Amino acid sequence: MSDARRQIMANIRRSLGRDELPESAQLELRSRISEPEQGIRPHFDQDLAERFVEKLEAVAGTVTRVPSLKQVPAAVQNYLDQYQIKAKLVMSADSTLAQIDWPQDWQIEHRPASGGDHVSVTGVFAGIAETGTLALLSGPVHPTTLNFLPDDHIALIRADQIVSHLEDLWGLMRKHAHMPRTVNLITGPSRTADVEQTIQLGAHGPRRLHVVLVESSA
Amino acid sequence: MNLEHRSAARFKPQAAEALQDDNLKRALAKAKDGFVLKRLQAVSNLNEFESIRTEARRIKDHVLKHLDYYLEEFERKVIATGGHVHWAETAEQACNVVQDIIGGEGKQVLKGKSMVSEEMGLNAALEQRGHTVVETDLGEYIIQLAHEPPSHIIAPAVHKTRDQISDLFHQEHPKYGLHKRLTEVPDLVSEARQVLRDKFINSDVGITGANFLIAETGSTVIVTNEGNGDLSQILPNVHIVTASIEKVVPTLNDASTLLRLLARSATGQEMSSYTTFSTGAKRTDDQDGPEEFHVILLDNGRSKVLGSDFQDILRCIKCGACLNHCPVYGAIGGHAYGWVYPGPMGSVLTPLIIGLENALDLPQACSLNGRCGQVCPMSIPLPDLLRRHRFKAFQQGLIDSRTKYGLTAWALMVKRPRLYHALTSVLTRVLALMGKSKGSLRAVPFASGWTSARDLPVPQGQTFQQLWAKRK
Amino acid sequence: MTAANDEAKSTVALLVTCLVDLFRPNIGFATVKLMQQAGFTVDVPTAQTCCGQPAYNSGDQASAQAVAKQVIETFAHYDYVVAPSGSCIGMVKVHYPELFAGDAEWRGKADDLAGKCYELTTFLSSVCKLEVTASFSRSVTYHDSCSGLRELGIKSQPRALLEQVKGLTLKEMEDSEVCCGFGGTFCVKYPGISERMVSDKVGNVKKTHAEVILGGDLGCLLNIAGRNKREGASAEVFHVAEVLAGMADIPGIGEKST
Repeated sequence: MSDARRQIMANIRRSLGRDELPESAQLELRSRISEPEQGIRPHFDQDLAERFVEKLEAVAGTVTRVPSLKQVPAAVQNYLDQYQIKAKLVMSADSTLAQIDWPQDWQIEHRPASGGDHVSVTGVFAGIAETGTLALLSGPVHPTTLNFLPDDHIALIRADQIVSHLEDLWGLMRKHAHMPRTVNLITGPSRTADVEQTIQLGAHGPRRLHVVLVESSA
Repeated sequence: MNLEHRSAARFKPQAAEALQDDNLKRALAKAKDGFVLKRLQAVSNLNEFESIRTEARRIKDHVLKHLDYYLEEFERKVIATGGHVHWAETAEQACNVVQDIIGGEGKQVLKGKSMVSEEMGLNAALEQRGHTVVETDLGEYIIQLAHEPPSHIIAPAVHKTRDQISDLFHQEHPKYGLHKRLTEVPDLVSEARQVLRDKFINSDVGITGANFLIAETGSTVIVTNEGNGDLSQILPNVHIVTASIEKVVPTLNDASTLLRLLARSATGQEMSSYTTFSTGAKRTDDQDGPEEFHVILLDNGRSKVLGSDFQDILRCIKCGACLNHCPVYGAIGGHAYGWVYPGPMGSVLTPLIIGLENALDLPQACSLNGRCGQVCPMSIPLPDLLRRHRFKAFQQGLIDSRTKYGLTAWALMVKRPRLYHALTSVLTRVLALMGKSKGSLRAVPFASGWTSARDLPVPQGQTFQQLWAKRK
Repeated sequence: MTAANDEAKSTVALLVTCLVDLFRPNIGFATVKLMQQAGFTVDVPTAQTCCGQPAYNSGDQASAQAVAKQVIETFAHYDYVVAPSGSCIGMVKVHYPELFAGDAEWRGKADDLAGKCYELTTFLSSVCKLEVTASFSRSVTYHDSCSGLRELGIKSQPRALLEQVKGLTLKEMEDSEVCCGFGGTFCVKYPGISERMVSDKVGNVKKTHAEVILGGDLGCLLNIAGRNKREGASAEVFHVAEVLAGMADIPGIGEKST
């Protein structure tokens, strides 16, 4: 144990007027961690997907809703056409993305992004309706650079991936995933207001965030 | 203002200088309305704001009461996920830890915005070892070019006008082959993006701050809008987090409660663009991310604030709402305060860290209008804490003799109603005679503090008590 | 004019405040008139001086406590205590109990006094339910003084009362809730900062083109009126009590008599 650590702990306990907590108190705190309190969730009545789209659009994200995975390539094509971007994509290797028949003539690479990449396409772990937020987890199939380096980030989400509140995301993670190196909660494209408090998109991260929302998982 | 030699002890001359700065006045006027209106709108749109505020306070108070436990638990989880935790009692210790981690000389170090690193004086320490420090938050980048410290805890370059930023870029960017003078916001942002992009990709170490530390998972959390904090930590091989010890919260759910208040109070957003949870080093099968993950836990006096009359300030989540709503901050900006944290939260915290005797003006230079306490999402009673500093200053004999003698004379009078009424009858008469037929006075002996800025309205002539006695 | 039926026999003590006593007795008489209109008997204890804020806010707790005890004893036996000031009532209602946090006996007495203390416009609207009979045919803007606003929640009360004044139009200014820069001793200790604040305030007043500035605290009003004169601005300054009592027929604060 470092001297600094010992000293800081001693100071804290002196300030709190006690020694290290007794085992019983520690157990109580341990269970406060293992059974987390639920907090106060902002109430809303909207359908989850509706709310998600409304909130994301409110922060300059764009959304295309498609009935099934089959329509995803066309939706992506439309987006690329709109900004006259070549179909040269860096992509995460999510299982959902792998199910899609991407056009043969698109140049698709599954790798971390580099500075020169223009567009990334990624899956997501979940969406949060409360705030229109995407949750992306780092992992072997999903390098985090995909979320930040390209100018355009296209994220694919299925309607059944949208949860109500932030706490529901954590509930899912505790059940199905362990904490990866990086969890990115992304709510709109990169922005800054550092020049005269004027909001400008595309500070360091993506200039645009586009979501393709797939209504059915079939 | 000579920013190199600014200090909290020189508040008065620094404030006087700030008041003369027209660019500062323009920049602050522009910022104020945006922050205030956006916050108000965001808060009004959240029906549960007050109950979440109560909840948030409860969470932080709970943490502070069990701070040792949650810090140890956090440390355990960081280590379990392949990271390292370093403890530092002082700023100097913390800088040394960073130096040891970085090692060698001449490295390029990226920095995401971190007020704790300002507290450490980290940039200067690193530069002394021959490292190059690149501030990556646009506001921090701007002030780094200008060789200035941040003047606001979430908007470090809020004191700069667009013209000043345009000049800075025009002066500093030719070395990257960028010669054109830019004046529009999108162009300025775009050029900074271009310059910094290259640095992101070619740096050895990334240092970020932390908005929260999570005991449940050993995660550090940063909240940004630009994405610079993310690029700073996923591209270099080493990610160092500098955080003060009170940032820990028990669970991801607790962090969620605080997040609902943070962005709304800071910028009026419901969520900032990027909220990032970093847990350990890159996993063996990850394709990107840092090989090393270090968390530095800085105390710098906070463990002694715990359990004191000032403990409430440790609930602060550094949203900046108190600065944005403070009319004194709005008049003089952040640099005049002389140390790292300006505005109301700074005027409470600074004396606790650097010593009240070195920051005597900070708790006094406040009209106690209460707006800061009203908007604080963590219900920190800022005006009460400022007043507590004044109690301490008085008890320790740290107030100026004029105030002391003035108070003694005043107390002598007010405790003797007869004497008081006799004296006020004379005073009101004298002032009325002096201002006879004028209505108000331009100058009054011994009252230059008042008359330097405003006339003194002349009393009606007799005191209420005199007139009331006659009427009866 | 409404007699407060059950309260008809109650006596109200006027806490006149040191500034009203010294600078503007008219506000004190206006306050008395309003309470009499509402059917109360008004008494003015002569043992009162100041509420102790200068000491309290300068960190001199001992003097503040001594003055507070004096105020508590002076006003203890009245049914109600009313002052034409949010700042002084805030001191008594909010800060006296804090001052005696460690002293059960005085804390109890401070709490008793706090319970029957009212800022004037609050008293008029919530206890007296006064019907205002005054008229004032000018446009006014209202400055919300900080202590009243944030410690006592005074915002709608003066406006509701002013709405009943015949001929009066209210033009709200921008940032009416932002401090005018008075702050007691603050304005003389940090005159430069205070100057910026009060000149911002006067600037916001000018933008409304209101003929009159009203407020509920004489400290702020002296500050605003003084700055107004310094800048040669035309708006006149009155305390809200003067208008409500129909006693704003004298020159405004800082105006010379004609």
